[in-house]
Amino acid sequence: MQKVIIIGSGHAAAQLAPSLRKQGWKGEILIIGDEAYIPYQRPPLSKEFMVGKKTDDEILIRPLSAYGQHDISFKLNETVVKLNPLENTLTLSTGESIGYDRLALCTGARTRKIPIPGSELEGVFYLRTIDDVKGIKHTLDAGIKGRAKKSVNTGDSANVVIVGGGYIGLETAAALRKIGVHVTILEMQDRVLARVTAPEVSEFYQRVHAEEGVQIHIDSIVSHIEGEGQVSVVHCKSGERFDADLVIIGVGVVPNVELAEEAGLLVDNGIVVDEFGQTSVSNIFAAGDCTSHPNALLADSLTNGRLRLESVPNAMEQAKTVAASICGQSLPYASYPWFWSDQYDLKLQIAGLSQGFDQVVIRGDHKNSRSFVAWYLKQGKLLAADCVNRPKEFLVAKKLLSRGDIVDPDKLVDESIDPKTFLQ
Amino acid sequence: MPVIHYIQADGAEYEADVAVGSTVMQGAVDNMIDGILAECGGSCSCATCHCYVDEAWFGKVGEAGATEKTMIEMAMDPQPTSRLSCQIKVTEELDGLVVRLPESQY
Repeated sequence: MQKVIIIGSGHAAAQLAPSLRKQGWKGEILIIGDEAYIPYQRPPLSKEFMVGKKTDDEILIRPLSAYGQHDISFKLNETVVKLNPLENTLTLSTGESIGYDRLALCTGARTRKIPIPGSELEGVFYLRTIDDVKGIKHTLDAGIKGRAKKSVNTGDSANVVIVGGGYIGLETAAALRKIGVHVTILEMQDRVLARVTAPEVSEFYQRVHAEEGVQIHIDSIVSHIEGEGQVSVVHCKSGERFDADLVIIGVGVVPNVELAEEAGLLVDNGIVVDEFGQTSVSNIFAAGDCTSHPNALLADSLTNGRLRLESVPNAMEQAKTVAASICGQSLPYASYPWFWSDQYDLKLQIAGLSQGFDQVVIRGDHKNSRSFVAWYLKQGKLLAADCVNRPKEFLVAKKLLSRGDIVDPDKLVDESIDPKTFLQ
Repeated sequence: MPVIHYIQADGAEYEADVAVGSTVMQGAVDNMIDGILAECGGSCSCATCHCYVDEAWFGKVGEAGATEKTMIEMAMDPQPTSRLSCQIKVTEELDGLVVRLPESQY
């Protein structure tokens, strides 16, 4: 019987396996994951899961029984150490060798580690996996030596220092404020979200987080972390120091490409795939955060026609493409990226990719309210929209992008005009 | 366990046992029923789990909240009984619920 092996057990794998069945794959399907869990939702980790509003079972993408019904099997807690494309086999860390007919790399990404002295101390965490967040919760719940959410250092509410003002850092800050701990964010750039948004959006998030009691320090580069066994103080190059019972580092991710690279597959800031999800080896495919993929729809924003995305919807879309390819069908991938981030009462929905914009116009009052849209344009053409508590504009933006319609920026910002009319 | 009936746009019918406390969206995902995409995993952010509640059931299911209403307005082909299935919590009362799935979520 023919066999598909999926390496990785994240969102891409969770979509790929059932999509293979839908597309008519009759052979074996095996998912090999290096975590102890069947596929779970990552986005809630920095939100509801962190504050205990959702349990392990509640963040599973689907229960184990659902995979069983479709004859999809798992090997969990297993690491693949080598691919042997010439023999169509892979090797596990146990030394076991397994053969495949088709292989799908859904290896995802891992947190970027920063070489700060003291980052090995107890109480310093990165945030990507369920186990990372369990560690954070355990440290908070154990109350840092028994006093619930109290600081062992001061006896007051615990101090959490977050290194990095990206989405993960901001979402984590919002979640932790809900349970009443002190939160400080240290961002090395001159604004939060500097890599992904316009200054107006950064300004907005800095204001709201300040209103919610978060201390944000920009231009702050961490020099070292102090503590005896357990973390106690974070030091910045400026000489500033911040008391810390817990440190969470969120400075981005790097794609897991090493297996592919060592096996001789083409890698360029991600495992290189074509629009069908095929790598440079014909029976090996890849999907999700680990891929560098073409997207004809975004030709205007991309420098070399390719991009790598850190996105659940992208992982799911690519997985469907790969399932079709493996089953001998053609479902070329071309979707507009979209993202979301929930913080406090803010529902941010992002349509498109803003990189390369030459104009930003704001609909609504980002300085005083909690509801606005930042429209990103390039030579008058819409590239993206950051929509805060504006679900209607978000869905309009998605449609505008897919149609390629041009809308006068004066209209985009005019609150007296229903955004629905932009589509006419 | 409550049984939810899903009817796809082409008329194909599925029924699924869905636990109380789960959602109509999750029931479709768990059972790999096509027609519900649920890209955001249930956080009311994507409007890709749009469904039409059978008229006889709409009273029990109830109206959409404000954000959900706005999302539905912009979804493909909204109807008076449209809901986002991630926002319909399954209760004993909804045992037997019938929902129809749109032809496309985009």
